[in-house]
Amino acid sequence: MLHRLHAIQRDCLHISRESIQQVAQEFDLPIAQVAAVVAFHSFFHTRPRGRFDILFSNCTSCGYLSGGQDLLQLLCLQLQVTPGETRADGLVSIDETSCIGMCDQGPSLLINGLPITHLNDNKVVQLAQLIALETPLPDWPANWFDIHHTVHRRDWLLSGSPVPREIMLKALDIGRDNTLAILLQSGLRGRGGAGFATGRKWQLCREAPGDTRYVVCNADEGEPGTFKDRMLLTTYAENLFAGMALCAFVIGATQGFVYLRAEYHYLLESLQETLQSCRRHGLLGNRILGHSDFDFDITLIVGAGAYICGEESALIESLEGKPGIPRIRPPFPVTHGYLGQPTVVNNVETFIAAAHIVHSGNETFRTTGTASSTGTKILSISGDCALPGIYEYPFGVRIRQILDDCGAQNVQAMQIGGPAGTLLNPAEFGRTLAFDDVSSGGSLLIFGPQRDLLTIHRNFARFFAHESCGFCTPCRVGTQLIQKELDTIAEGRGSAYTIVELQQLARLVQQQSHCGLGHTAANHVLEGLHKFPLTFSSRLQPQFTARFDLDQALASARHITHRDDSAAHLSND
Amino acid sequence: MTAGNDTIRIDNQEIPFTAGQTIMDAALAAGVYIPHLCHHPGLPPSGNCRLCMVEIGNRSVAACIAAATAGQQIRNDTPELNAARKAITQMLFVEGNHICPSCEKTGNCKLQAMAYHLGMLDDHFPQFYPHRELDASHPDILLDRSRCILCDLCVRASRDVDKKNVFAIAGRGTQAHLIVNTPTGKLVDSPMAKTDLAANICPVGAILIKEKGYEVPIGQRIYDRQTIRDIGLYEQAEEKNKE
Repeated sequence: MLHRLHAIQRDCLHISRESIQQVAQEFDLPIAQVAAVVAFHSFFHTRPRGRFDILFSNCTSCGYLSGGQDLLQLLCLQLQVTPGETRADGLVSIDETSCIGMCDQGPSLLINGLPITHLNDNKVVQLAQLIALETPLPDWPANWFDIHHTVHRRDWLLSGSPVPREIMLKALDIGRDNTLAILLQSGLRGRGGAGFATGRKWQLCREAPGDTRYVVCNADEGEPGTFKDRMLLTTYAENLFAGMALCAFVIGATQGFVYLRAEYHYLLESLQETLQSCRRHGLLGNRILGHSDFDFDITLIVGAGAYICGEESALIESLEGKPGIPRIRPPFPVTHGYLGQPTVVNNVETFIAAAHIVHSGNETFRTTGTASSTGTKILSISGDCALPGIYEYPFGVRIRQILDDCGAQNVQAMQIGGPAGTLLNPAEFGRTLAFDDVSSGGSLLIFGPQRDLLTIHRNFARFFAHESCGFCTPCRVGTQLIQKELDTIAEGRGSAYTIVELQQLARLVQQQSHCGLGHTAANHVLEGLHKFPLTFSSRLQPQFTARFDLDQALASARHITHRDDSAAHLSND
Repeated sequence: MTAGNDTIRIDNQEIPFTAGQTIMDAALAAGVYIPHLCHHPGLPPSGNCRLCMVEIGNRSVAACIAAATAGQQIRNDTPELNAARKAITQMLFVEGNHICPSCEKTGNCKLQAMAYHLGMLDDHFPQFYPHRELDASHPDILLDRSRCILCDLCVRASRDVDKKNVFAIAGRGTQAHLIVNTPTGKLVDSPMAKTDLAANICPVGAILIKEKGYEVPIGQRIYDRQTIRDIGLYEQAEEKNKE
């Protein structure tokens, strides 16, 4: 259904009430379910978008402010567009979206789903001209759309090359049980961040009662600051599909899905081609490599702009054609997943690592990294450093080493694992990258001395308020309130009480929310208050200051009464 | 294993449970009240309001969706948890437009009763003042989304008991809102009747039966006479009688 909705959005620039009704009929679903799916996703719209639909990333690394000037505002001025709205002639709409995974490429945007990177004021002005002349995208400078993956450090995983056939032959040769045994012994843990033992997950799924089983690859790389899956999906897609096939072989599944984030829609075509080529070579489809009882194929599903769909049970809901609201857990997907059947959900990097382990044996893997975090981790490094890009390190590497390697100097702070992860101060740079120390799904944001950390916190708070699924009260309302409190401090209206408030709110959201998004959404605030108290306290007012703008508060009253005389205004002094 | 011998402990009180029961089910059946708004005996639990958060060790869980397992040591009626519950109730108040003094539901409203129960004296948080659509199209039922707390009770009641599937919740974050499962999105085009459970289960004044608002005078309404605790336990007993 998501594909059908994408097609309607592309062709009609929006999804009308009539279209919703039609899709509901086609898929034999309640109208409200289709309407709820449309409303849930940022990339679906019920009012027409422009023929050129532009979404600027608002991430701290690839966002429209990351180059030091407001590029969104600039383009809006050039084209006379109000942000978030479609120009009256329907030519163009300009809005912002959460991180689009271009953090090593400078300020970036999506235009009709295609990324344009390395933006600057000059490029934005040219872009405005091309739009004003309604130049079709294929006639735009082709190099604007180039995405270069810069891998600065290769280790165990990235030194290998795609060898899907060898991987499958090896597994078929040693059999299901031995394949699983190799994985169990390797100590491989999920690369998405939570770190559940991969072999154990496959084993649990295999043992769970069910009519059928599914393999799902979570390619919804939505954590701001992470982009390594973008490279893996481009360069190692064959190994990914082989990793998924291995999993299918072990657990006895015949159907797999790759849930690709909408921001990577541009990768869809090449992924489809790779799938086709795997099928042609007998690596997918019926009787894989002639093995009579091994059928498995993979379907690609593209998400539609919802960070929460990276949570495995929300992802499964989305696959089932429902809004991505995390399920009540337990039961976990490994016993009750897609369509209620046992399902393995793993991250892109995890499947590729699993494939590589089975192919090359687990000896090297097991002896790399630390005792509880074996192997290597691929990091996406961006922010204030000389060499942003992709780095593969053995677990156990010190943070300081990473910073030295990427040419980061005078680092003020860093955020590991995205806004939901850990905020580190320089005193902690001796800590190590590991599941039991500093854990990360792959995002590593570096903040130099000139960065205003409060701006970063406000950016993160806004991200969570925007991405909260709205299911539970503490997260739905609490993320909004945290954003408001941070704004209050930034506007110079904060008092010591604001900080107490912020702390209490953050704890409440962390402790009482339904899922991982809520549990982690306030981490950055709590860590900021603890590790960088001056970020907040230096903005407080020594004297009494109203916590809101008195004059601004009267605006709606002025509007209703059609007044704008001096008596209808209040002084803030 | 004899089910009757299995117990959980809530605030130093030993409570029996049967396999498959949630902490909420077991507690209410034993006469122990855990504050709740989105839970209703007889409907599948949702876990969205988070008022029933209890603590087991250093973990917080929603009692309405967490399975009771033998030997659990559960903290429920503690100052810390009640403070958190009060803050969550305040969140529900500021997020919508709750106009208690002029709301037909006053005195019969669970949100209002919960606020009293938890000693909530003010909104505490800044008001959101959302603009939400009102649907007065149905001859017998008014839908005012301004007062909706997204508890999902009408969705479940309509789907699982009335078998009409009239409602769903759509939209993310604070954009989340109740929608009606009709081509027009209007309630009048749905098969909903004022006798449906969905029309009568709303804990707040979001779904109101028309022309009934003031049949019982203010001062003699449900929560004017009883506490939300008593009603919560009564609803459970009533559901048990039905079985």
